[in-house]
Amino acid sequence: MTTSLRRAGLLLAAAGAALSFSLGSCSAPADKPAERLSIYGIKHSEPTSPADTLPDPIPAFRLTDQDRQVITNQTFAGKIYVTDFFFATCPSICPKMQSELLRVYKAFEDNPKVLFLSHTIDPAHDSIPVLRDYAERLGIQNASRWHFATAGRDSIFALAKAYMTGAEADASVPGGYAHSGTFALIDSQRRVRGLYDGMVPEQVDQLIKDIPVLLKEEAETQPVAAK
Amino acid sequence: MRSRSLRLAGAGALLLTLAFSLESCFTERQNEGAQLYAAHCSSCHGDQGQGLERLIPPVAAADYIAQHRTELPCLVRKGMQGDIVVNGIHYNQVMPGHEDLTDSQITNLLNFLQTNWGNTNQSYTIRETSELLGRCNGSDGQ
Repeated sequence: MTTSLRRAGLLLAAAGAALSFSLGSCSAPADKPAERLSIYGIKHSEPTSPADTLPDPIPAFRLTDQDRQVITNQTFAGKIYVTDFFFATCPSICPKMQSELLRVYKAFEDNPKVLFLSHTIDPAHDSIPVLRDYAERLGIQNASRWHFATAGRDSIFALAKAYMTGAEADASVPGGYAHSGTFALIDSQRRVRGLYDGMVPEQVDQLIKDIPVLLKEEAETQPVAAK
Repeated sequence: MRSRSLRLAGAGALLLTLAFSLESCFTERQNEGAQLYAAHCSSCHGDQGQGLERLIPPVAAADYIAQHRTELPCLVRKGMQGDIVVNGIHYNQVMPGHEDLTDSQITNLLNFLQTNWGNTNQSYTIRETSELLGRCNGSDGQ
């Protein structure tokens, strides 16, 4: 009697466990947001300790935006930002890409902690007036939240590499520049925390989901320091 | 009663097979205009022809499409640049030309635009498109 009861109990427990297991696998992995976003990049510098495995941060930069303001890493201190590479006369992917970035911008329009930075990869054509005109036509009236920036070509291409978004001059493609349409999400420590194909709406949706995750982490790790 | 429902199901199945086999009678070019739009135009003009803010003009419900009907074949072939007014809004971007499309592909593409997304304008025959393309030496005769 007791053994059969115990056996029944065991069976029941096993069934329950199996059920909760299978239920768990139904809902858990797909849409549960990660607590922390990964850190992307390559470590070129010597580690300062055996535990130092973090990739190199985005290097120091100095750009000029559509309002003729100089912008540097300091412009983004205490903020997170999304960055991409484009050019105003790009006939292929840019309009689609910038319309997707506009969608991200609109989702966080009211959050001053989230900034946007679009680099031109055609600085010879995209003068500051051209960038300002482009931004205004896109509906961005000033550079306070979304900078359209230019610099020397070499520094732009070096930055594209640091942001892990491919961009290079290529006479064989329409418009003369090859670039990937990648959006990079950067934290306040100048680290790449996400890479998204700006041509794929599902990946841009993921970016819109990831930004609050990063904001939460930022709020937890630097409560006062970077304000 | 039961045999009737069986018969109905049989008729349904027959219709379904018929529809499938008929579908294979048509070539993929039936929707060529929409496919060409998706491949060559949607990245700039939007997947619903909506354009992009004040950067790229819409092709959906666009007065320009109706008013400049005879110029559109050459516009697609040769591209354009400079100021353009669509639905009262000024745009100024470079549109690349499409030497890679045949006259009949341009016809299908434009007929798709002229009869969709709020545009209810006259279609083109391939012959008419070729004639209009002749104005800019843009006809390939295909």
